[in-house]
Amino acid sequence: MARIRNVAKKSRYAIEVSNLVKQYGDFKAVKGVSFKVKEGEIFGFLGPNGAGKTTTVHMLTTIIPPTSGVAKVAGHNIYERREDVRSKIGVVFQDPSLDDKLTGAENLNFHAMIYGMDRENRRAMIKEMLEMVELTDKADILIENYSGGMKRRLEIARGLLNKPKVLFLDEPTIGLDAQTRRHILDYILNLNKRYKLTVFITTHYIEEADYLCDRVAIIDHGTIVACDTPEKLKSGLNGDSITITLADKSSASALSKYIRKIKKIRDVKQNEAVLYVYVNDPASALASIMRAAYEERIEVLNIEIHKPSLEDVFIHYTGKGIREAEAEQNDRMRAMVRSRMR
Amino acid sequence: MNRDIAAVYVLWLRAMKRFVRSPSQIIGSVAMPVLFLLFLGAGFSSIKFPGIPAGISYITFLVPGIIGMSMLFAASFSGISLLWDRQFGFLKEVMVAPVSRTSILFGRVLGGLTTAIIQSTILIVISLFIGFRIPNVFALVITLGFMFLIGLIFISLGLIIASFMKDMQGFGLILNLLIFPLFFLSGAIYPITILPASVRYITMVNPLTYGVDGIRGALIGVSAFPIYIDFIVLSIVACIMLALGTYAFSKTKNV
Ligand SMILES: Nc1ncnc2c1ncn2[C@@H]1O[C@H](COP(=O)(O)OP(=O)(O)OP(=O)(O)O)[C@@H](O)[C@H]1O
Ligand SMILES: [Mg+2]
Repeated sequence: MARIRNVAKKSRYAIEVSNLVKQYGDFKAVKGVSFKVKEGEIFGFLGPNGAGKTTTVHMLTTIIPPTSGVAKVAGHNIYERREDVRSKIGVVFQDPSLDDKLTGAENLNFHAMIYGMDRENRRAMIKEMLEMVELTDKADILIENYSGGMKRRLEIARGLLNKPKVLFLDEPTIGLDAQTRRHILDYILNLNKRYKLTVFITTHYIEEADYLCDRVAIIDHGTIVACDTPEKLKSGLNGDSITITLADKSSASALSKYIRKIKKIRDVKQNEAVLYVYVNDPASALASIMRAAYEERIEVLNIEIHKPSLEDVFIHYTGKGIREAEAEQNDRMRAMVRSRMR
Repeated sequence: MNRDIAAVYVLWLRAMKRFVRSPSQIIGSVAMPVLFLLFLGAGFSSIKFPGIPAGISYITFLVPGIIGMSMLFAASFSGISLLWDRQFGFLKEVMVAPVSRTSILFGRVLGGLTTAIIQSTILIVISLFIGFRIPNVFALVITLGFMFLIGLIFISLGLIIASFMKDMQGFGLILNLLIFPLFFLSGAIYPITILPASVRYITMVNPLTYGVDGIRGALIGVSAFPIYIDFIVLSIVACIMLALGTYAFSKTKNV
């Protein structure tokens, strides 16, 4: 009994969120999300544009107040103890937040001063962080002369200056080249290992979430549809998947009808002219599928087998690929803009 | 607490750096009052206003008014920096810092105040070249005190408007609608005593009237009210405006 209590005491959470809601007018951007992030964990928020990732980050970092629900970050309530939360976190916002009339070094130095670091500490940390993001030789030029990637790296350096307990990263690698992206991801992993830094990261890059995160929450339309380790999320799926691309939607529907009759097939999902077939033994299933297509004279444009990825998980829970989800959102935005202009 | 002081200092220092790095802005904001001084001075110098005592030229009368104008414009427009910071995201960086909102506001006010006072001081120096004379150092110190109070009042006004505005055009529009009447009805360019009684009441509730009157009293020894009255009125208004500014800023949206 005593042991159990001891364990319970030790398992502290860096972030605890319960039923968090953010409403704008009649529109709920975040519809009551709940999750917990353990200390030292890298926790990912994966979702398409407009899913509510940034809104959640803004609430957890005290930038906007929640409409309802409770959350604690580093042990403090995000609404009642804002200043305590602020002193324990580092944030890299999705949109730039540097002063571009200041130099890189000035931006870092001002940040460190506001966080109450003394001169020695400031100098040492700024030097270390600039080296880490490889901006030492650019420290003294104005931010307006930085490239997008350099700004991003500087913001990451700034977010780490005050040695936060919890680091929030809102799409930190967006707009960066592959090499810099990898560099930054590895750096985050390294910090996490070295300092047991808790990281909350949002992304819509599935590979990134897979590579980096201990646990991933999939968020769509303001709701968490799944939350687990990438491995568990993937193994929770119906085995391997076969993606079949057909000429059009009706032939996809027709083929799907025949595929469903085949034994050993666990599930079939259709999205327009594409079928996702989940199987345990892809090789034998493939033969049966091809036979069905041949007999029904349905032309198959493309066929691929793959091990389940987070993309499949995403499709499984939301019924669409993450890029399509984004295209949908863009359409909605365009429609909104149009109706506003009228 | 330490952090709060650091935040005030950092925001002030940032305003200074931005100020010296944009010379065109400095030139632009000094040029307008200088033009007013030259054109009004040239145009009205031959007119004899009843409220100006004999022996004091119109341009001498005008200089304190234009110092007030310069403070009014520079201070109230410094509120636009809040809109810039919101648009360019820097506001989030400031607002996520573990410091009180009041210290952030004070840092901004102090930054705006310093730049406004520097701009108006440049104007004073320029006025010396067109023949304006400052009687003694004491007069200059009093003038600076009034400039400080005018600055506090109108920086707060600018921040209050900026706190509730979303875009910069709207801010400019509303501010211009407010400050031109404040300027013209302050006795800056003609003595308020020549105004009809009904309009004079309006000038009595305009804080700039007391600012210009105080500066005029200090620099040329002509004032409608005793200087200490000007000082007390301005101090009270400044406290009220700062309190309102603090409240408005605490309600402003961060994103
Ligand atoms: N201030 C606001 N007023 C009204 N609606 C808003 C506001 N802020 C966000 N939204 C809406 O809330 C939804 C979620 O937005 P959010 O920025 O959280 O998405 P996201 O998951 O971060 O997307 P992205 O990947 O594009 O960054 C969107 O539909 C957005 O239009
Ligand atoms: Mg976002």
